[in-house]
Amino acid sequence: MNSRTSAVLASGVRKQYAGGAEGAGLNGFDLEVGAGTVCGLLGPNGAGKTTAIKILATLLALDAGQARVAGFNVVTEAALVRQHIGLVGQYAAIDEILTCRQNLMLFGRLNHLSGRNARQRADHLLEQFDLVAAANTPASKLSGGMRRRLDLAVSLIVSPQVLFVDEPTTGLDPAGRLEVWAAIRTLVREGTTVLLTTQYLEEADQLADRISMLKAGRVIAEGTPDDLKSTFGTNWLDIVVDGVADIDAAKAILQPFAAGELHIDAESRRISIPVQDRIRALTGVTTAFEDAQIALEDLSLRRPTLDEVFLHLNSSVPTNRQPEVA
Amino acid sequence: MVTLQSSRSVQSSQAAMARLGWVFADAWTIAVRDLQHWRQQPGIVIFNWVFPILIVLMFGLLFGGAIVVPEGTSYFEFLMPGMFAVTMLFGLETTMMAVTTDAAKGVTDRFRSMPMSASAVVLGRCIADMLNSIVGLVILAVTGLVLGWRWHGSVGAAFAAFGLLLLLRFALLWVGIFMGLNAKGPESVATIQVLVWPVSFLSNVFVDPATMPAWLGAIAQWNPLSVTSSAARTLFENAGTSWAAENAVLLAILMPLVITAVFLPLSVRKFRHLNQ
Ligand SMILES: Nc1ncnc2c1ncn2[C@@H]1O[C@H](COP(=O)(O)OP(=O)(O)OP(=O)(O)O)[C@@H](O)[C@H]1O
Ligand SMILES: [Mg+2]
Repeated sequence: MNSRTSAVLASGVRKQYAGGAEGAGLNGFDLEVGAGTVCGLLGPNGAGKTTAIKILATLLALDAGQARVAGFNVVTEAALVRQHIGLVGQYAAIDEILTCRQNLMLFGRLNHLSGRNARQRADHLLEQFDLVAAANTPASKLSGGMRRRLDLAVSLIVSPQVLFVDEPTTGLDPAGRLEVWAAIRTLVREGTTVLLTTQYLEEADQLADRISMLKAGRVIAEGTPDDLKSTFGTNWLDIVVDGVADIDAAKAILQPFAAGELHIDAESRRISIPVQDRIRALTGVTTAFEDAQIALEDLSLRRPTLDEVFLHLNSSVPTNRQPEVA
Repeated sequence: MVTLQSSRSVQSSQAAMARLGWVFADAWTIAVRDLQHWRQQPGIVIFNWVFPILIVLMFGLLFGGAIVVPEGTSYFEFLMPGMFAVTMLFGLETTMMAVTTDAAKGVTDRFRSMPMSASAVVLGRCIADMLNSIVGLVILAVTGLVLGWRWHGSVGAAFAAFGLLLLLRFALLWVGIFMGLNAKGPESVATIQVLVWPVSFLSNVFVDPATMPAWLGAIAQWNPLSVTSSAARTLFENAGTSWAAENAVLLAILMPLVITAVFLPLSVRKFRHLNQ
């Protein structure tokens, strides 16, 4: 890909904070986000997610490397970058003293909407983010979730070409989270490229087309959620036998299908085995138990989750491991 | 060729004009935001406007009798021009508070991520704070007039005095922005709120430096507050003859300009380096 089809392109970006700990920041950060797609940036606390977002949003200077957003260089063409981006920072950035409506009007006017358009847009966003009842409440009196929604609404006053969202749903209740997801999906449908960081892997799974796993300031794995799961995650087959007496026999039957160590929970009579070929294991195990005439209470296949991938990458993978996803 | 070039330069100068237009429009939007703050939190603004009146009453009524003033003037006449200058100094806190709060709440970062010029942000701050100080000055002047303070010179000279006071406020604006951008958080403003007092006392605002030990008096004379107070006293003709400091007006023009020349570039530089 080139800079015309990628909305975000970063290569070898380095950032060391003045006075920051050695290695904190970014250490050769590479990222490419295709236009009109959603990219999820995942990583543990302190991995450098916010640093990356700030550099791409022109708030922070990079020490080395290159970054382009919407085709413009973030260092030499910062003013042009700013015309094409929206930013929802990790912490709400709204005027605490002004009301919800006043905040929306303020940033609408600063985005050079006419008074009438700003008012219409404010009304629309208040509606969309369920803030109508709080329209005239000062932002300092909003709940954490409402404040987050206002923050997001303010960032969407003009639909940006590229939207950066740093942990958009931290602190939101499930309904609030769904609203934010819906808003992001709407934007994407309208052609906005989204780069989001999140602590909730389900969120990345739901929203992101591709995911970059960040650790200690570098991307250690990149791919679609499914790619990452099948590369780094494990499929598990769970069975629950009828009686405790059957556990030993069941173990013997399962052993040949297991791609690793069996997990046995005698109390709940549950045995879990990691499997490679899911379908073959499923049919094989079913037949084997039928043949042996051992009754099963439950049989289920567990697909790998991103959480598992996340934990796996953050515990075992050395930081210099290259992405190994096709 | 010639027409092409000139039309291009017309175009680029039109673009520059449009950009400049947006700087003023955005600055006004940001200033209006401050006016909205006043409406949302009238208590704070009104307290800031009324506070100097309390000081005037305290010094004028409680301590005034005990303070030696230069020949040919009353303590109240002596105090008012100085209190105007102190009011300008109090404005420093307002500026600093606004700047640190915006930085701490992420509003500054939001402004910086928008296609808006940094000058608009600063100009907006400037307009709002100058308006605030003008209102404060008017309130204090009216109170003074009610209590018996008068200017004895021409109306023109009185306006010139108010002009010099606002020039001092303008200079302190840049000090406030600079300190606000460097402050760790809104808590640091409390330090400045305390420091304002020794700075005010070490001037000719409340007492005649001639009554201080010589070396302290010399420092007090060169305090920008003293310079502007002296100039205001001269222009309002609120000072006895011994007090008509010769070059007070000239100094009261120069000193704020020097402060501005130092702190304006420092503030701009700091703003540019927020991305470090
Ligand atoms: N202003 C700063 N000065 C010094 N060090 C900093 C600064 N900001 C961040 N760091 C350090 O840089 C590293 C990356 O921080 P960053 O905020 O980008 O992490 P993050 O991935 O966003 O973490 P989180 O999930 O907690 O938000 C951390 O080690 C952090 O301590
Ligand atoms: Mg972060």
